[in-house]
Parts: sequence; C-alpha cells; structure tokens
Amino acid sequence: MKPTDNNDIEYFHKVVDCQYACPAHTPVPEYIRLIAAGRYDDAYMINWESNVFPGILGRTCDRPCEPACRRGRVEEEPVAICRLKRVAADNKEDIKKHMPQGPFPDNGQRIALIGGGPASLTVARDLAPLGYEIHLYDEWKKGGGMMRTQIPSFRLPESVLDEEVNYVLDLGIHTHFNTYVSSMKEVLADGYDAVFVGTGAPRGRDLSKIPGRKEGDANIHIGIEWLESVAFEHTDSIGKKVIVLGGGNTAMDCCRTSRRLGGEEVTVIVRSPFKDMKASDWEIVDAQREGIPIRNNMPPKEFVVKDGKLVGVLFGKVRAEYDDNGRRSLIPTGEPDEFVEADDVIIAIGQDNSFPWIERDLGITFGKWDLPVLDKTTFQSTLPRVFFGGDAAFGPENIITAVAQGHQAAISIHLFCQGMDLMERPDPFVQMTSMKMGIHEWMYDSGIAMDKRFQVPHVQNDKALSDIRVEVELGFEPPVGFKEAMRCLNCDVQTVFEKDLCIECDACVDICPTSCITFTTNGTEEDLRTRLMAPATDLTQDLYVSDLLPTHRVMVKDENVCLHCGLCAERCPTSAWDMKQFFYGVTKASEVCQLVLE
Amino acid sequence: MSYLKPAFTHPQLQPNRVGYLKKDYEGVISTLCAGCGHDSISAAIVQACYDIDLEPHRLAKLSGIGCSSKTPAYFLSNSHGFNSVHGRMPSIATGANLANKNLIYLGVSGDGDTASIGMGQFVHVIRRNLNMTYIVMNNGCYGLTKGQDSATADHGSINKTGQPNPFQAIDLVGMALELNASFVARSFSGDKSQLVPLIKAALSHQGFSLIDVISPCVTFNNNAGSTKSYDYVREYMQQTAQVDFVPPRKALSVDYDQDQSMEVTLFDGSEILLTKLKPEWDPTDRHSAVNRINNAKANGEILTGLIYINSEAPDLHGLLHTTDTPLNQLQEQDLCPGTTVLESINDSFR
Repeated sequence: MKPTDNNDIEYFHKVVDCQYACPAHTPVPEYIRLIAAGRYDDAYMINWESNVFPGILGRTCDRPCEPACRRGRVEEEPVAICRLKRVAADNKEDIKKHMPQGPFPDNGQRIALIGGGPASLTVARDLAPLGYEIHLYDEWKKGGGMMRTQIPSFRLPESVLDEEVNYVLDLGIHTHFNTYVSSMKEVLADGYDAVFVGTGAPRGRDLSKIPGRKEGDANIHIGIEWLESVAFEHTDSIGKKVIVLGGGNTAMDCCRTSRRLGGEEVTVIVRSPFKDMKASDWEIVDAQREGIPIRNNMPPKEFVVKDGKLVGVLFGKVRAEYDDNGRRSLIPTGEPDEFVEADDVIIAIGQDNSFPWIERDLGITFGKWDLPVLDKTTFQSTLPRVFFGGDAAFGPENIITAVAQGHQAAISIHLFCQGMDLMERPDPFVQMTSMKMGIHEWMYDSGIAMDKRFQVPHVQNDKALSDIRVEVELGFEPPVGFKEAMRCLNCDVQTVFEKDLCIECDACVDICPTSCITFTTNGTEEDLRTRLMAPATDLTQDLYVSDLLPTHRVMVKDENVCLHCGLCAERCPTSAWDMKQFFYGVTKASEVCQLVLE
Repeated sequence: MSYLKPAFTHPQLQPNRVGYLKKDYEGVISTLCAGCGHDSISAAIVQACYDIDLEPHRLAKLSGIGCSSKTPAYFLSNSHGFNSVHGRMPSIATGANLANKNLIYLGVSGDGDTASIGMGQFVHVIRRNLNMTYIVMNNGCYGLTKGQDSATADHGSINKTGQPNPFQAIDLVGMALELNASFVARSFSGDKSQLVPLIKAALSHQGFSLIDVISPCVTFNNNAGSTKSYDYVREYMQQTAQVDFVPPRKALSVDYDQDQSMEVTLFDGSEILLTKLKPEWDPTDRHSAVNRINNAKANGEILTGLIYINSEAPDLHGLLHTTDTPLNQLQEQDLCPGTTVLESINDSFR
C-alpha cells in the first residue's frame, strides 16, 4: 500500500467517525471534552457555530453520529452524543455575549428567505454579520418551521425553541411572519439580490385511494397537518381509540401526542415488518414506554364508516419477501382481514415537497418528483439568484442536514452577491496540535472509562401524559453528563506516526490494548488486512500505513477500534508516535463566533 | 503516565483452545522505560503461552532482582510467581521444582542477575538439568543503576558514557554449551518471529532451557558503538535456522529439503521444525553447535536461533529417581510406611 500522507486532512477527518458522519461536521469530541471540563459555554458555542441549534438538536437530532461512534464498536453502545449536547445547552450561562453583536455595517445587498425553518435560519445567521439586509418570510406567527409545527412540545419545549430561534432573529433579521408567500414572481420583483427557499416538505402523504377515506374524513387526519394544528393549539383533543398509520418519526410523534390529548387506546400500525420501520429506535422505545402497541405487517384496506362516522380500519395481513436486490414485496399471508376499532385515524406515511407558489415560467427548472434542479454543491437553482436548502432542496431529511445545507447555501449566496465563482469553496479550517505535555503526559484525559452508556432519566408516565407541555426527557444532571462525557474516546486526538523516528522496538505493538498496530512487509490492502495482529474486516475503516522502515517492513495501523488511549505514544522511546488533536471546522460564510481553542 | 491498561480488547479476537484470550496472559502495565526490549520479551512470553494453550495456573514464574526481574509483574498475572533475592532465582526454582514437578517453571533473569551475582547459581542449575526455562534479558548494562557495563558487555563496546568496555564478556550461550545444557538458544527482543517459537519450544522441553535474549536498553545502551543496540544487533544478527514450533496435536505433513531442514521431537510430542541456514550445523550435536558459535564469534556475527538441543537428557527428577507423584503431594502414609517396612529395610542391612 502507498504510505498514508500525514498532511491528508480528509484521512484524519474520516478517523473522527462521529464528526465525519455529522452532515454539519460538528467537532464532537472537542465539545464533549469541554463538557467534561465544565466549560458549558464553550461547548455550546462550538455547537452553535457548527449547527446553530444545540439545545434543539440536543433533544431532537437524528444523531447520525451515534451509530458511527467508535465506542459502539468496542463495547455495546455509543456515547450519548446527542444528549451531551443538551447538557451544554442546559447548563450554559449568558451565552449571547459570545455571539456576534449587531448592528452590522450594511453592505447594501438584500436577501429574501422564504420559510422560517432551520435551513433559512442558518442562512440568516451566516449572512447577517456580513451586512446583508435579510428578510425572512413565514406563514406562521413565529419562526422555527417544522421544528415548531412538527415536533411536539413534550420533546422540544417551546422556550428552548424560542430561545435559539431568537438568537438568530436578534442578529437584525427583518421578519415577515403570518405572511404566506404565494408568488415567487412577486418576490423576485422586489429586487432582492438573492432568494433562498427553505420551505421544507410541507405536504403530508394521504391514502386517498383507500375506500372510506372520503366518507370518514372528519376523523381521518394527515400527520404533519394534525401536529401543526396541535402546535398552534387549534386542536386539543382526539378520540379515545386512535390508530396511527405509518412507522416513521412523525408517526411516533402523532401517537404520543394522541396519548396526551385523550387517546386511551392508541395503536401504531405499519404495513411492513418492524425492522423496516423508519423511526429512530429510541423514538420507538419512547412510544412503547407510553403504552402504545406497535403492530406490523398490516396494510390498511378500508376505512370503515358506519352511519356517517368512522368506526375503524380493516387491515390485511402480509409478510415481506425480498428479492436478490433487496427489493421488498408484501405478500398476503392468506389470514383473514382484521378490523381494528378507532374513533380517529392519523395518517403519517411520509411527506412530499410542494411548490405551488413558484411560477413555472421564471427560469427555475423542476425535475423528478417536482423537486427543483439544483447544483449539489452550491444549492443554486437554474435561476442564478435563487437558492434552495433543507427539505425543499432534495426532499425530506432532518434538521441537521438542513443546517448543513444552509451553511453551504449561505456561502454560495455570499460568493454570488460578491460576483465570485461559486465553485471556489473555502477550505475547511484545520489545526493539528500535539497533545504532548511531558514525557508521559497529555493535554487530554487519555484514560479509558469503562462505564456503560448512562440512561437519560424520564418523568413518570402519568405526569408526562397529563400535559403535552411536560418535557418527557429530563436530560443528564451535570455529574452524570461528566461521566457520560468521559466515555468519549477522543477520536480527534490522532495517532500520528513519523517513520523516520521509529527504531522498530515493537513497544507500540506490545502495549496496544486493541491490537491495532502491526509491523510487517508491505502488500496490497486486501493482503495486508489478512496479516495484521487482529482481524481488519471493516472495510469502511482505513489502514494507516507508513513508508518502508529500515527492516523493509511497514507500520500498519487499523483505525477501526483504536481507543486513542495514547499508550503507543507513551511507550514510544523516540516519539515516532505522537497524539495530535485534529480540529476540523467546516468554513462558514462568516466567522460568526470567536472559537477559543485551547 | 498511564498506570492502567484499558480493559477493552479487539472484539474479534478469539480465545485459545483452553478458553483464554491473549489478554488473560498479560500482567499489569509496565513501568520500564518506553521502548525497553524487556517489554517485547514479556509480550513474546504472553504470545507463546497463549499459542500453546497453556492454562495460566500450570506455570510458575520466578525472578531475581533487576529490570528484567521486574517483568514477571508484566505478564501472566494469573500464574504462580516468586520474586527472589538477587541472583538466587535458580535455588528457588530448584526447590519449587523438587516439591512440585508438575508445574512449568519459567525463570526470568538479567545479565547482572545471571552473569555476576547469580553466576554460581546459574552454572549449578544447568549442571542439574533442572526442568525449567531460563530467559536472560541481556542488555549488557546495569540499567537499574544507570547503565554501568555488565559482565556480558562485549569487550570494546561503548556505553552511554562514551567509554569502551575494557573487560572480556561472559558469553552465557558458550558457557551453557560448556556445561552441557540440554536446550540452548539465543534470540533478540526485536525479532518476535524467532523469539516466540523458541519460547514455546523451551517451555515444552523437558530439562533446562536457556534463551539468552539480547534486549537493548533504550535509555543507557542504545547508542552508537554499543554492541547491544537495536541497530547493531539488526546489522550483525545471523540465524542458525528458521524455527517453527509444532504443537503435539498437529500432524506434520510438510515437504522439506532433507539437507536444509530437520525436526526435533520433544518430550511432550511437540516438534521443533528447523529450516537450517548452514548445512554443516547440527543442533543435536554439541561439537557442531560449539563450532558454529565459535565461527560466528570469529566473524563478528551475533548468532541467534536454536543452537543446541538434547531432548533425551534426563532432568533432575530423572537423575534423582524421584517418585512419579510430586513430593508435595505425598501423604504421611507414603512417607512413614510403618514399622513393618522399616524392619524389612533394617533386615536388608543385616
């Protein structure tokens, strides 16, 4: 194999699995260390800089970082990264003084943001300090978009949402709430230098072809619309028996909300097997904890209406079969259909994009599934001054993806407004710092805590179910947060090998607790993977390879289960191994906060 | 400085045939200098014991005083152990072995502990062919007292102070051959591919096995001019043969060249498979081994590998005709069989 280049930023970025998996590439280990140090303000600001909504995401993030967490490969469960983020948000002090302070010198250019969700707010935050006059339009009375309309307050208290939305709006954003933008043509006519569309995926899917849908309409609701009307307190009750159709996170929010609005027998019914459910595992567990059964392999056949009123749903019984390509077909099992009684049914089977307000003759091309045709890097549409981001860009994803796209769109808008090439993207901010403090001393806590993942405490069910505003999760108390933070393996503290210093004493090989390091003759990657001290079967995890050593061997390190404990470097007599902290920050349109890297 | 090794191991590592992971053969984290050859030897011992499916409770590790003699803390934490007085490890091993011959005895010593203060003990334990493995972690200096030349430092070798050693070296391998030790080997801490099979063979050998392991002292004797530095040993190291250890359960079906290869069957049925690098050397012939070592010395080579083996020589218990039952398991009725037996013995003298 070719030797790994010690200057290859992307190689080291990939080693930090959590950060690499995060769409916004938040420097996870860095803020976890700050939490352990009790520096909640700094931990919060690292997050805020990267993902804009630490308190919100600390409760609601899809956490792509956690399945990626290296800890999950050496023991049972990953670090509770998401809930640690909340610890920083819950325990920070007056944070506003660390944020950019307006008013900012006007640069004379005006930007319109359509939709007040996470993508638009991210663009607003990134561009406001640069002096743009930003106008944000939203049909609701407050900002936040789907974070407000689709996430129930028992998961995300309104106070947390308001706080973080306001941090952005307070940067001098001109808000136009209660304003439904009905024509892009009019927006463009207003002479904005650029327009950003962050209107999400606002249309919930229906089951209009199923018999009885029309007849039972008074008691059949579309998931996201229903959640929205609950959020704005237009709906405050539901029948005693509720069926929720669908297996995604919206379905979980619908069933749990139903339990709080009077639903006594709430059942989630999915047409496919459990394992194909799209909801996050923890959301399924949380629903089950509230006494909500989930039944599977039952596609709805008919909404049964008697005397003009919905009485229940008739379900078929199927089993799933998968062909060689993994494509699923649902085969009827031949069992008799089952009737399930219901006073109300909520359909939460997905959502689609919808742009009825964008005229099709403006030069904005729409493609597959009625999605705008965009450049994947710049988020620019076919009309150069119109940009898209969030669910409106490439279809429904999640908050953190919307934020990541917002950052990129903001860069594009800034470059566009300055008349620069949109493909000249700024390089990430990267810093490699040796953690060596003394012969065997490091600037990070290199010891490996053996604690198992701590469980976040919940309020008691009866209390939680009595009021929709009672937040179910209580968050970690700081001492537990500290312990959970100590589970982090500090994967951003990289093992860096300088082959010219190595005397091949084998000390690193002998000490490595997870047998990651091997000195052997070189070969192809496939061959090397079979000749290491321990199996290196995870092909997504790179091999770190040195150049030829004096004995004509190479050093090969399998990154997979490295604990970043620093023992290789501690036992190295010549400092051929060093532990270096690798900081990787995705560059934003503006340096919105002064990061204190210590 | 870390004083605890993380408890996590690679999740895909498998236990050996007796159900132990390699980790179960390890000890506490080493307090020797970073890069010390002794740590590599400890790791080789761990690897060898894991590989031959040794149950840790069947082994007793013994040592004297010195950097080397600290190492039993760093391997085989689940085995028996005795840290004796300086240079007196062979006496303790002899006593322990006489009391319970069923254990496997692993002595670990250094060049000072063996070639200086313990020389008297060393030569006598060889004479008696005590069934033990005796590993010398040989760094040619007194590392624990800041690196003075030891008795195995080569004449003219320069230590960290810059002074060449004016004295002749004691060659432990030559001495063991002279005293007719039944298993003599030399190795290098930086070459586990050779050291691990040698340790496995030594642990399986019935009788006294010496492995003199050159183990660079990174702190006091790894400088230019030293004949026991990593660089020097790598440059001048020669091997007698490539050593493979074949445990008894595996049937051999290797095609090999008669001139170049040979196998030596050990007491427990295991075999040492050698691919010789010089055809005139025969490890079962003491004269040939002595010649080979002398030739190497004359050429300035450091000869490593298995040098001599006699798998037929009776060990101390054989020489003394002790009972099959270990002495510590003999009961009162075995030791005091009663007046009738006494009278018959007395009668035999009349």
